[in-house]
Amino acid sequence: MPTTTANPAYKLELTSSPHVHSRWSTKQAMWFVVISLIPSLIASVLFYGFYQILIVLTSVAVCVGTEAGVKYIRKREITVKDGSAVITGILLGMVLPPNFSLVFTAIGAVFAIAIGKEIFGGLGYNTFNPALVGRAFLQAAFPVAMTTWTIPAFSDAVSKATPLSSLKFDGIPAAIQPMFFGNIGGSIGETSALAILIGGIFLLVFGIANWRIPLSMIIGILVFGALIWLINPAKYPDPLYHLFSGGFLFGAFFMATDWVTSPLTGKGMWIFGLGISLIVVVIRVFGGLPEGVMYAILLMNAVVPIINRYTKPKVFGETK
Amino acid sequence: MKKQVSLTKEFVKGIWEINPTFKQLLGFCPTLAVTVSAMNGIAMALATTFVLIFSSLIISLIRKLIPGQVRIATYIVIIATFVTIVDLVMKAKFPELSKSLGPFIPLIVVNCVILGRAEAFASKNNPLRSFLDALGNGLGILLVLTVLGGIREILGSRMIFGAPILPDSFEPWIIMILPAGAFLTLGLLLGFSNTLTERKKRLERESLLNKYRPAKAVTEVKEGGAA
Repeated sequence: MPTTTANPAYKLELTSSPHVHSRWSTKQAMWFVVISLIPSLIASVLFYGFYQILIVLTSVAVCVGTEAGVKYIRKREITVKDGSAVITGILLGMVLPPNFSLVFTAIGAVFAIAIGKEIFGGLGYNTFNPALVGRAFLQAAFPVAMTTWTIPAFSDAVSKATPLSSLKFDGIPAAIQPMFFGNIGGSIGETSALAILIGGIFLLVFGIANWRIPLSMIIGILVFGALIWLINPAKYPDPLYHLFSGGFLFGAFFMATDWVTSPLTGKGMWIFGLGISLIVVVIRVFGGLPEGVMYAILLMNAVVPIINRYTKPKVFGETK
Repeated sequence: MKKQVSLTKEFVKGIWEINPTFKQLLGFCPTLAVTVSAMNGIAMALATTFVLIFSSLIISLIRKLIPGQVRIATYIVIIATFVTIVDLVMKAKFPELSKSLGPFIPLIVVNCVILGRAEAFASKNNPLRSFLDALGNGLGILLVLTVLGGIREILGSRMIFGAPILPDSFEPWIIMILPAGAFLTLGLLLGFSNTLTERKKRLERESLLNKYRPAKAVTEVKEGGAA
């Protein structure tokens, strides 16, 4: 909370630690994230049609409206301009299935902001990634609608299943190549690995997202996936299948890297990323659900305070 | 000698002021587990209230005979007796309801609201006061469980007391009849009740301040005098 004195020339800002220096202000960074999501949005329009833009716009509008509404009721400064609600809205819209109901989208968006973020005190105080909280709520509230997938435009497939659900429930794996370009069933923003990589690398180059989290997640899923695969290559998917299917890459670049809900230290970020990958592999291979990236990230979000405590760097001059 | 609380106060306090769920935060297990519908909530609350009233009454009657070292065991035996009565009566008269509440009727034995009232109140007060206290607390449970069950039933299955209330176009939120819905709803209700309590406290503080604040004219005179 910045505190200003009466004279603007002697502005004194009091903020709590950690004081991390950054090239960009929160507002600028938020716009970088928006730009980085454009490739994935283009890919989804290409594969599933223009309706997907409507879903994302609805989600953004309701998120911003909810944030302003809650701040107004609680008589706090309305901080919609920082763009965090816009990001939450886009991210939530992009992890929903294509052609999802707009009413459900709006319910999820209200929940994401009101329960996922504002009830904890707003931006910076939330334990869990708000967009994923919204998605988890929708998953539990409308399980049928949330697992109704659309056949992509350039596919001759007859099954609407995602690569992970077809592998889990029918034992039929999909080819890696269409998964990489995005010609598969799946959530709006998760379809094309290529588009996510373009946006994700853009974020890393400009230093908006910390490279340790996506890298540790990718290394983690390749290692853990390979271990399981080596046990029985006929039954379990290979590590690349794990990497390119479902929401893994989207989660790695856009969800897990959320500033508020990820660890503060470099070492902590490695633990965080590896932990997510481990949970993802466990859920996918041994769990009842085909996909577990959302739950993996939410579970690791809950552990972040503990990770922060145990990876605290030594105070300068401290012995032992 | 402690100041005697009026009998009405003894009864009313359980409904809101020391509401077992909202203020004492006791007995959450049945509160969360059975409130998938308003009817379930009411049945659970009535069963609990029955046990609460009679165990409080009996414990209060024999409170001077119970040796301190074995009082908890004694309370449990008395409570278990009434739980068995409720369980058997419900199985005989309301088999449907008994089935839907499942193991949570026998589990009233370990409901900490009942043991809490026995230990905190009935073992120290006369039977009339214990009865009123138990009745008030029971109504407090009834209030919370009905509201909680009602909200979950409306959103989770579009109905209230088994009758459709929302139009067919409303897609039920499955999460509300799952355990997660119970935690969410109870959490929000608790937050709401805390907000109300805090607002009341703040208003009381302000009115107290106003009462003892010197009148404006007096202050002005004083300031004038100092200058």
